[in-house]
Amino acid sequence: MERFRFLLFRPLQLIPVLFGISLVSFVLVQSIPGDPVKILLGPRATPEVVAATKAKFGLDQPIHVQYARFLVNLTEGEFGRSLLYKVQVFEVVTARLPATVFLVVYGVVFAVAVAFPLAIVAAWWRGGWPDHAIRVFSTFGLGLPVFWLGIMLMILLSVELDLFPVSGYGETFIERLHHLFLPALSIALALSPILIRNLRAGLIAEQSADYVTAARARGLGRRAILLRHILPNAILPTVQLLGVNVGWLIGGTVVIESVFAVPGLGQLMVSSIFARDYMVVQLVTLVFAVAIVATNLLVDVATVALDPRIDL
Amino acid sequence: MSGASLAEVARLPRLAIVGGAMILAWIMVALLAPWFAPFDPIEQDLTRTLLPPNLQHWLGTDNYGRDVLSRLIWGARLDLQMGLVAVAITFSIGTVIGAIAGYVGGFLDTLLMRLLDVTISFPFFVLMIAIISVLGSGLAGFYIAVALVGWVSYARIVRARTLVLRQSDFVLAARSLGFRPARILLRHIVPNAIAPAVVFSMSDAVLYILLGSSLSYLGLGVEPPTAEWGVMIAEGQTYIATAWWMTTFPGFAIALLALAFSLFADGLAEVLGTST
Amino acid sequence: MSAATSAPLLAVRDLAVSFHTPYGVVRAVDGVGFDLAPGEFMGLVGESGSGKTVTCRAMLGLLPNGRGRVDGGTALFEGVDLLRMDDEGLRRVRGRRIGMVFQNPTSHLDPVMSIGEQIGEVVRLHHGLAAGAARVRAVELLRGVRMPDPETRIDSYAHQLSGGMRQRAMIAMALAGGPALLVADEPTTALDVTVQAQILRLLLDLRDSQGLAIVLVTHDLGIVLETCNTVAVMYAGRIVERGPAATVLAAPRHPYTIGLLGSRPGAFPRRERLAAIPGQPPGPGALPTGCAFAPRCGHAEARCAAAAPTLRAVGDGRWVACVREGWS
Repeated sequence: MERFRFLLFRPLQLIPVLFGISLVSFVLVQSIPGDPVKILLGPRATPEVVAATKAKFGLDQPIHVQYARFLVNLTEGEFGRSLLYKVQVFEVVTARLPATVFLVVYGVVFAVAVAFPLAIVAAWWRGGWPDHAIRVFSTFGLGLPVFWLGIMLMILLSVELDLFPVSGYGETFIERLHHLFLPALSIALALSPILIRNLRAGLIAEQSADYVTAARARGLGRRAILLRHILPNAILPTVQLLGVNVGWLIGGTVVIESVFAVPGLGQLMVSSIFARDYMVVQLVTLVFAVAIVATNLLVDVATVALDPRIDL
Repeated sequence: MSGASLAEVARLPRLAIVGGAMILAWIMVALLAPWFAPFDPIEQDLTRTLLPPNLQHWLGTDNYGRDVLSRLIWGARLDLQMGLVAVAITFSIGTVIGAIAGYVGGFLDTLLMRLLDVTISFPFFVLMIAIISVLGSGLAGFYIAVALVGWVSYARIVRARTLVLRQSDFVLAARSLGFRPARILLRHIVPNAIAPAVVFSMSDAVLYILLGSSLSYLGLGVEPPTAEWGVMIAEGQTYIATAWWMTTFPGFAIALLALAFSLFADGLAEVLGTST
Repeated sequence: MSAATSAPLLAVRDLAVSFHTPYGVVRAVDGVGFDLAPGEFMGLVGESGSGKTVTCRAMLGLLPNGRGRVDGGTALFEGVDLLRMDDEGLRRVRGRRIGMVFQNPTSHLDPVMSIGEQIGEVVRLHHGLAAGAARVRAVELLRGVRMPDPETRIDSYAHQLSGGMRQRAMIAMALAGGPALLVADEPTTALDVTVQAQILRLLLDLRDSQGLAIVLVTHDLGIVLETCNTVAVMYAGRIVERGPAATVLAAPRHPYTIGLLGSRPGAFPRRERLAAIPGQPPGPGALPTGCAFAPRCGHAEARCAAAAPTLRAVGDGRWVACVREGWS
């Protein structure tokens, strides 16, 4: 338990990060060409109305004052109104959040379920045809774009074989597993190559470790050594790599959700950009950034849990 | 690195040679597009829409009657450019920052490390499209976002090597002879520190090719009617039931270009003795 | 103690091991043979590269992944030839009948598993105990190797223990299956001198209390003198002298052994100056024809270069591989 004490100090480290993210969000919105108030009010608003609205929202203040107000608003949970949906941005975002979370978790679980066994098989049968096949798959697979994978799977499994729906989210849990199967499979196929390569290399490197020789000298069998000794040692760098890739995946939901029309944050982001709904864009960016920070934290927790030598 | 003789080059592992050859092939295709492509990539011919692969159109035609093969060849220019230019930008910025921070150390270095921590936590893709939402579609937004966030890995790699090299004998000798730090950095440290960064840049190129094509797929990068592989896939998605060739071939092209860089990166890593 | 007249626990004859390197095939061990009685404590002595570690690993089939090969010979252990066994058969011997302890305890312990789990794993494997009973047994084993505070230490990880404690843990693991023979490959080389003495004391007590036969690989003659019943001296992949430790070290008969003892500081007051043996041992790939020690031997003759001398009995349980046997 002592080793997890670093968690207490983590929030302190997070503050500059969140600060930076909020600053970027703010700057982005400020960089929008044109006058956001005029856009908000429409072309028929008179100059007096525009000025009054600006004063009401504090938009006539100097920029650092505006930023301070922005930060204060954030902490109070005040994120603005969506232009498109005419409701609080916060509501729009929270409505879309579950689908994205479901997709990311589903995809990661799928990816691990595919990658880890394949890496273990490749290391076990090193030099044999399973190893060669898996290596070819994982080298070629590095360059497969996830959105194209999604479409190919759509063609194969939806259009030709009609096994899965092409889009949507579903109502019940089971329905969702069905609807999101293809997106999750695309994620799994896109993530596995790099995970397989990394874990396989790690497993092979550990095989020549001294403690493996010592374990053999005690009469332990190949399988027991691989699964109980080599794997726990080799898995640490791969977990780190997984964490980095989940970070990428979170951003990548923008593309995946567009391919499969999943009503999540990613699709919200894209449609908001096209609709110039900047308040939404701002909050979604923030949410994604916080999610990635949270993922990194999870990875650190996992690392401490898996390796008794580490003290963070 | 000293120049390698022909015999040394011939001993390079197959991987590097195959990957390097593939990259060169793609560059040739891109450069010589006007001569390779049998048809004009944007010229429409509404009498020959949605034709499957045949003798005249090897990869079929799209919904505007444009030849898929020609669009593919011309598209190579853009996707290759995205990979190479993005890497060039991030490599340059990252190497400079990393070398300076690693050599000078102290407050500057600490500042860099803090900046690094903040930057890694940024959702790169989201940041990129957020920037594009402000600046409008097109490659400018892509390159700006790349320049803002992508340099981090290179800075880290080069900084780590610089820290080590800073203590090495030849650097100490140069300093005792009174050479200015800038000269030491440029002539002695950087050439030795960039090997792992170069290897990394090749696998990084894969990333930017995928990123750039994803952006175009979403409609936020290159825009139609320009022929670019991501755009082609987006255009073809509506026709997956009737014209699978519109989406399949551009995707293979992306995969093959990415494969070229991956193989080269692996091979280079073997030759230079670093890991990818 | 003289060797028992009953059948030996381990009988090695003509063991030959070679390595396949990019530069050609290299003979690391050639014609090695010795007997080991139950409860006998044998020292296997030699410089680095003399082949002592390779000999031990070859017997258990633990040569580095596929690079080494046993070319010939027999190693009869409890009636079976270890060198003819397949991996399945050897697995049943490893840990259960023969235990092995290694030089560097830090790298030979799994860093992410507690020592209790590692010991327990061996106990469960060889005795089929359930987890709870295995843990109890593990604590007993730790107590048996004199680990301080075994009930708490059992949950420790390797990095939390001192060098001496790590070695004790490794010995406990090697003994967990209840073997009749323990092979210890330079178990104290990486430890402090004081801890060294403790570990050696432990090994001696284990021999006395459990009747454990021990092969101790070392380059330190002082250790051999203090602990071993018998000693075998190796040079360039061959055993050049063998016999009861006390007599061999008091009155060596092979020129190499004489040279080794002569170059030990302070042990034998007969010598006034530290006498080093001139020259270097030959690398395994550059063995001369004939006696490998001849180039450095002060008593070499013409016939030494003709053929490598074999071990011959010279009485009192002693064996020497020198054409001038009888020379003193």
